[in-house]
Formats: sequence, structure tokens, C-alpha cells
Amino acid sequence: MAKERGDLLQGTLDMLVLKALQLEPMHGWGITERIEQWSESVLQLGQGTLYPALYRLERQALIRSEWRVTENNRRARYYSLTPEGRRHLSDELVQWRRMSRAVNLVLEATLNRGGAS
Amino acid sequence: MRWIKECWQRIRSLGRASTLESGLDEEIRFHIDQQTEKNLRAGMSLNEARRQALIKFGGLEPVKESTRDEFRPALLEDWLRDLRYGARSLRRAARFTVVASLTLALGIGGSTAVFCVVNGVLFKPLPYPESEALVGCEVTISATQFFTYRDENRTFEAFGLWSRGTASVTRLAEPEQVQTLRVTYGTLQALGVQPLIGRWFSQKDDTAGSPESVMLTHRYWQQRFGGDSSVIGRTVTVDSRPRTVIGVMPAGFRFLNETADLILPFQFDRRGLVLGSFNYFALGRLKPGVTLTHANADVARMLPIWLDAWPSPPGFDAPTFERSRILPTLRPLKKDVVGDVSNVLWLLMGTIGIVLLIACANVANLLLVRAEGRQQELAVRTALGAGRRRIARESLFENLLLGLLGGVLGLGLTFAALRLLVTLGPESLPRLSEITIDPVVLSFALVVSLVSGVLVGLIPVVKHAGSNTAQALHGGGRTSSESRERHRARNTLVVVQVALALVLLVGSGLMIRTFLALRSVQPGFANPDQVQLVRITIPKTLVGDLERVFRVQSDIRDRMAAIPGVAMASFTSAAPMEPFVNANVLFTENQTRVEENVPVVRRFKFVSPGFFQTVGTPLVAGRDFTWTDLFQRRPVVLISEKMAREMWWDPGAALGKRIRENPAGPWREIVGVVADVLDDGVHAPAPMMVYWPALMETFEGDPIRVRRSMTFAIRSSRTGSEGLLKDIQHAVWAVNPSLPVGQVQTLRAIYEKSLAPTSFILVMLAIAAAMALLLGLVGIYGVIAYTVTQRIREIGIRVALGAQPVELERMFIRQGMVLAVIGVGCGLAAAVGATGLMSSLLFGISPLDPMTYLVVSLVLIMAAAIASYVPAHRATTVHPVEALRTE
Repeated sequence: MAKERGDLLQGTLDMLVLKALQLEPMHGWGITERIEQWSESVLQLGQGTLYPALYRLERQALIRSEWRVTENNRRARYYSLTPEGRRHLSDELVQWRRMSRAVNLVLEATLNRGGAS
Repeated sequence: MRWIKECWQRIRSLGRASTLESGLDEEIRFHIDQQTEKNLRAGMSLNEARRQALIKFGGLEPVKESTRDEFRPALLEDWLRDLRYGARSLRRAARFTVVASLTLALGIGGSTAVFCVVNGVLFKPLPYPESEALVGCEVTISATQFFTYRDENRTFEAFGLWSRGTASVTRLAEPEQVQTLRVTYGTLQALGVQPLIGRWFSQKDDTAGSPESVMLTHRYWQQRFGGDSSVIGRTVTVDSRPRTVIGVMPAGFRFLNETADLILPFQFDRRGLVLGSFNYFALGRLKPGVTLTHANADVARMLPIWLDAWPSPPGFDAPTFERSRILPTLRPLKKDVVGDVSNVLWLLMGTIGIVLLIACANVANLLLVRAEGRQQELAVRTALGAGRRRIARESLFENLLLGLLGGVLGLGLTFAALRLLVTLGPESLPRLSEITIDPVVLSFALVVSLVSGVLVGLIPVVKHAGSNTAQALHGGGRTSSESRERHRARNTLVVVQVALALVLLVGSGLMIRTFLALRSVQPGFANPDQVQLVRITIPKTLVGDLERVFRVQSDIRDRMAAIPGVAMASFTSAAPMEPFVNANVLFTENQTRVEENVPVVRRFKFVSPGFFQTVGTPLVAGRDFTWTDLFQRRPVVLISEKMAREMWWDPGAALGKRIRENPAGPWREIVGVVADVLDDGVHAPAPMMVYWPALMETFEGDPIRVRRSMTFAIRSSRTGSEGLLKDIQHAVWAVNPSLPVGQVQTLRAIYEKSLAPTSFILVMLAIAAAMALLLGLVGIYGVIAYTVTQRIREIGIRVALGAQPVELERMFIRQGMVLAVIGVGCGLAAAVGATGLMSSLLFGISPLDPMTYLVVSLVLIMAAAIASYVPAHRATTVHPVEALRTE
């Protein structure tokens, strides 16, 4: 199981959490579910690692939290993006695209050369 | 901006911690429930669903802990908590804490005390403004050199001469002998310490023929004038001449290492001066930006100018001086003040450093034992979610606290040690008054405490870092036995301790042998504790005529000899080992000066008849002076045995030969040869001596030669008693009531003083070695005692099965002995290297003296055997039933 779980780059988890919250406020379990779902089950978070990230983001004022009642009438803590969090997320996305494009370019280039020889 | 917000969040969360905590619990519960529901929907049984949910979540407590890390105001609160935890666990183990901190205190206190001395003597700048520009001179120089240097130099801001002496002060209270310092214009100016009141000597004060002036030191001003500031302009009678007080130096002022009462100007008369007479110390202040090399080049440049500018003394010519290579070399003034004590101090620093290491090893050993006992506690805490970092941090704080505790106690020890040192006031230690606990010393103590704290803490942490939680939880039970590896760590520490202790023991053993060797050296005089010495100076103003001076001296001698209980009395220009040294060139008949490149320089002393008998120096050949010799001014002289042997192979052959001090003077016949006297101290070879009569005609250009300052030697069984001193004082006053008696001491005291540097090192090394031995033995004892308690059940079983207690005892003792022998082996190797460093301090013994090494090794091994026997014996006398019941 550990092997299947894509190891997350440092700082990537924070970005994924912010992304997951982009549409609507969610509770912690919801966030893990959403990331798993979106990543087609490749990114199975060690769920525990989520909570330090949530508290960290809240401390950095990128997200805020409030207690709400779920459909099943249970109290849960819902996290939502702050305006600053939104800004941060779009910055991060730009950064990430640049990075991943760069990494892809490198990988492709290696393949082409490999093909040529 | 963001970090401010973050800080605020953290600080706010400090108050909300409990809310956040319960919130986190609820949140995690909710999370797990949701996951469980999902698993149920996927068709798992309730139990399985919950189990899978928990597995997916990961360890509950570690997650909580790392989440807490996020909302806690981290560091500070954590650190405070860990510190509190550390303090609590030290308090809980009170006995351990006391033993460990006292051990550390011994090492830290000792090294801080020695560092304090090193700092005060070697590191601190001299107590003069911009003291790094001050230079001294390796050799003494002459007054003519002074004038040339002062007038012609390009590198000095100020330059002056100085010398020490004594003088009598009368008409103030009872006549008294005081310590004087003579200086030229420029000497005090170079040092740059302003007078408290009044002024320095001006160039005019220092010119011959000017009104005579004097400056007072603060101490003398307080003693004799009660600190009265109207003293300026008053008159003090020094050597029967009135001098005007022009200034008082401040309380903190000390002229290099001298303790003077009065400061007088030289007032050299330029007209009478010739080349030669290198009798004065020199010091100067370099101009800003001038280096020592520049200054030395400048001095070399001035040498020919000097030779040209001054006349040679009768019988000499300038080339003689040129050949003698009298090139003075400048050096930092600090070297003049500190002397060669730095070797000794570094040796002590190294020694005490070793003691500190041994102390640390001991405490590390205690900590290892303690860590062993806490393995299970730590494993439980790890399982409950305590991070490895946190546990390490706690143990680090605990050890730092321990180190600091040791440091505080150690500082107390330092304080006491310094008080003791200042009270003892060892002669061999310069700048004693500057040895204080200052911020530098305190920082040293702090750093040493923290470093020792970390050092002792490191070993157990490293040993246990890789330990496996499950194994520790599992293996802590009563069935487990010692892991071999733990054992090795402790044994290594003990071996190191023993080895270091051996090095120190060898060092002090060698010093003891040196001391004994010095003691057994025949100093050239006998029963020095029965010889009373006093110094009497007869000033020119009191008795003008030199022959009269000699009569006064012999009258005083006669009256002294008549005191009840006095066996003999006589006088000399300098008693053995007294620092009034006079050396000059000497010529021997039938040996022309042209043959020699450099005239031989011999030490001169002037003695009255009976002097050698008084101090107990045997006559080797010929005869002593007689009073008739002196009164009739016969051309006779005595020489020392070493000189006789060097020149004529045999003391007897020297008799009848003739020598003189001046090519133009009369020859004097050698009438006797006396045994060598170790005039430079017991550790130095005896110098070649010439003893001239205390009254002579035509000597060194003077028509009559009599010394005005003489040391009177009195051999009496009452030596040192108050009554004898009173009798001596009366004897002197009966001859002349204005004569003070100064520098009262016994020959024994002078002799002891020459042993003082050696005994100082010896005492210090012995203290360090004793501490090392004690700590090393405690180390061995500790390891054996611990092993015994660990194996007490095994012992019980063995005894129950019929093993002989003696055999068991032997087993443990053997373990201790093996450690000791290995330690001694390593220590011997280390000692061979280390004692080479102290070879300059040894006398009459090689640093590899096999006897010392052998005895020390045996003593150490025997002590180790006893240290292991005690716990071993105690264990084997335990009743087997009780042993099996323990734990």
C-alpha cells in the first residue's frame, strides 16, 4: 500500500488542500476523499498527515474554519478558503505549471535523444 | 506582515489550547467515523471497518502531537516545558544529581580557577593605557645608551630606565628602610599612568644639580601621610637628604612587578658617564604604527652612534664593546612582567583540563547507568507519541541543567580557590592582583559548563539513539541480562579515566622526584634556618668618608656578634641567592686580553672576614680574609671552586695566582678557594664567583672601594625570634641612631623562595592528580558495583548451587583489574608523550624516569583492586535467598 501511495513533494500537500477547498467549504475527511477521487486513487493520503497541514494553513490565514452540522446531523469542522488563500492558490498553480512543464520538457528531451541514438 | 499574524495566532492559541485540543479530538473522531461508515458501505464487518479506518488514518497520537506542533507557539513553550521536565527529573533523582553535579563542579571549578589565573596573567593587557605599544629590553642597558636612544631615536614616543633599590627614610617616624624605584625622565611617561595628585618627574627633575624630588606610591602615602593631599611640596628625608614630594601615584598603579614605596629620579650626570655599566632595566613606548621590528632596527642603527659619542672606561676601547655584541633586543613589555611563567600555567591548564575530562567521564558513566534504567520509561513515552526529537531535547536540557548546576557550584569552588591563592601569594606568580573573576572568566565557566553538559549527555544519547522501542519494552524484564554493547561503553569510559589519571599521577610523581632532587642539592651553605639576614644602608649624607663607612659596618658587626646567643656575624654585598648581583669583566695574570675575543665576565661579591663561616660555606683551599687583610688593604681575593677548576684545574693550584678587574688596576692574589654556592637558585648551575674584600684600594677606578649597602649575616639559635631582631636593632642604633634595619629575613626563607616555583607546580599537580585518582577510582568502583547489582540474582543462584564466595569475588575483582591494567597501559603510552612537555620543569630526572612510571602504575592498579574488592565483597556476602528475591 505504501508503494502505491505517490509520495508527495514537500509543500504539495498544502496546495492540494487549498485546491480541494476551491469550490466549497469541506471537512477534513471530505478533503481526503476529494483528493483521492480527483487523483483517481493514486494519491491516498496518510490521512493523519492532513491535520497538521490544515492547522498550519489556518495559522497562515490561508483557510479559516467553522463548526457546522452535516447532513447526518453531526457536528464537523468545515474549512474554507480565505481571499488570501485564493490568491496564494493561484500563485502556487502558476508556479506549479511552470515547474511541471519544465520537468516534462526535461524528461521529453531525454526520450528524444534516446530515440535518436 | 505574515509572520506577525502568525505569531499573533500562536500567542492567541496559547490561551485557546484546551479548546483547540478538544476540537482536534472531535474532528479526528468524526474523520474516523466517516471512514468507518464508508468501509461499512463497502461491505466490511463493523470491527474490520473500524480497524481499516484507523490504519488508514495512521497513529492517532503522533498525528495529534504533530498537529499540536502547528498550533502551539512552538519553541519557547516547548523549551520551557522540556526545561521544567528536565528539572523535575533531576529533582526526582536527587542523589544522582548531587553526585553528578558535585563531580562536574570539581572539574569546572578547577578549570575555571586555573583559567582565571591564565586570563589574569597571560591574556589581560597590562594595566596601562594602550599597553600594546609598550616594550621592554631583554638585557639591562647602560646610562649612556639611554641618553643616545632618547636623543637619537626615531621610533619611541618615550623611553626610560629604571632600577630597584632600597633607601632609608628618617625624621618621619622611626628610621625605616623602604623599597625604592629609580626612574629617568620618560619612564613614567612611557607607562602613561597619570599621578593621582601632583605631577610626574620633568626632564629638569631628572637633571643632575636640580632640586631633589620624590614621588610616593599610593600605599606609602596612605601609611605615612594618611592620604593627606597637602603632602605635595613637603619634604621627606631619603638617605639623609631632603627631597620635595612632587606627586603621588594612584592606588591601582603598579610598576611592572615591583612593590615600591618611593619613586626617585636617577639624575645621571652626563659628564661623568662612560660606555659600559649595563646596570639598568629599560622600557619604552613606541610611536603609533611602529612595529617591534622597526624599533629593533632603529636600536641597531643607533649602536654605532652610541659607541662614537661616549668615552670608553679606562683600559677599554670601543671595539671591545663592539665585539661583546651588546645589541639590546626589544620585546613586548608584557614579557618582562610575565616572565617565563606561561609554560607552567599552560601545563596547569592542561592538567586541570584532564581532571575535567575525567569528571565528565564519571558523570557520563552515571548517566549511562541511569539511561539504562530509563529505557522502559522512554520506550513507553515513545509508544504514547512522544517524538524522538522531543525526548532527545528533554535529555539535552536535563544535561545542560546538570552542567549549569555543576558550573554554579564550580564557581563557588573557583572563588574559594582564588581566595586561597591570593592569601598564599606565591612568589612565582606575577600580576597576582590582576587575577579576578571578570566577565571573560564567567563566560569561560558558562561555556565549559554547557560543553560538559552536552558532552556527558551525548554518550548515552548516542548509545541509545538506535534502540528499538519494541525491544526495549519487551526486554526490560527481570530475565534480561546486560547487552554487551552498553557494557563496552562504560568500560571504555573507565579505561579512559584510568589512563588520564595515570598521566597526571606520573606528572606529579616526576615533580615529587624533582623536588626531592632539588632538596638534596648541596646549596653551598649550611643550616640556613639559623642564619638571620638584615640589610643596612649607610647614606653618603650620614657618613661621608668611605673608610668611616667600613668602620661603622665593622662596629655594627662587632656589636651583633656580642648579642647573647649569636655564634657569628659578618657582612656581604649580597647573601647567597640574594638578587643584588654585580658582574663584570675579569683579567688573569699571564693571560693577555688580546688573546680573548670577549673578556670573561664573572660575578663579584664583596665580603667581610668570617662570612663563609657564618653561612656555612666550606673553605676548599687556602684561607679566609682576616680583619688585618682588610684594614691594611692587602691585595687579596677569594674565588669559588668552580672558577678555580676551570682556570687552573685544581683549587690548590689557584692559590697565589693573581687577578684584577681592570687592566689599569693592581693585581690581587688569590689566597683562598671556597665551595660553590648556587647563587641563581637550586635548579641552576653555580656561577663562577669572585669574592673581593669589603674594603679595598683602587678598584674599578675608585681610590677606595666600600659598599654602602651590606647584608649582615648572623648565625644564632635565636634566629627569627622577635627578641633577636630587637637586639639587632639596638646593636645598630648603638652605633648610629639614624640607621634603619631593612629586609629582615632568614637565609632559609631565601632558599625556600628559590624552591617556590617548583613547590607551586608540585602542589598544583598533586592536587590535580589526587582529584584524578579519586575520580578514576570512583569510576572503577561504580562500574563494578553496577555490574554486581545487575548480576545479583546470578550470584544468588551460583551461591545457592555451592559456588565459593571467594571465587565470585575474584571474578569481579578480575574484571576491575582488567580495566585498570588496560587503562594503565594506555596511560603509560600517553604519559610518555605528555611528560616530554614538562621536561623544562624537571631537575635531575628524566621525563621517562622508569621508577616513577613503575611505582605510579603499581599504586594505581592496587587502588583499582581495592575499589573493585569493596563492591564485590559486599555482593558475595548477600544471602542467596535475599539475592534471588531482589527486583
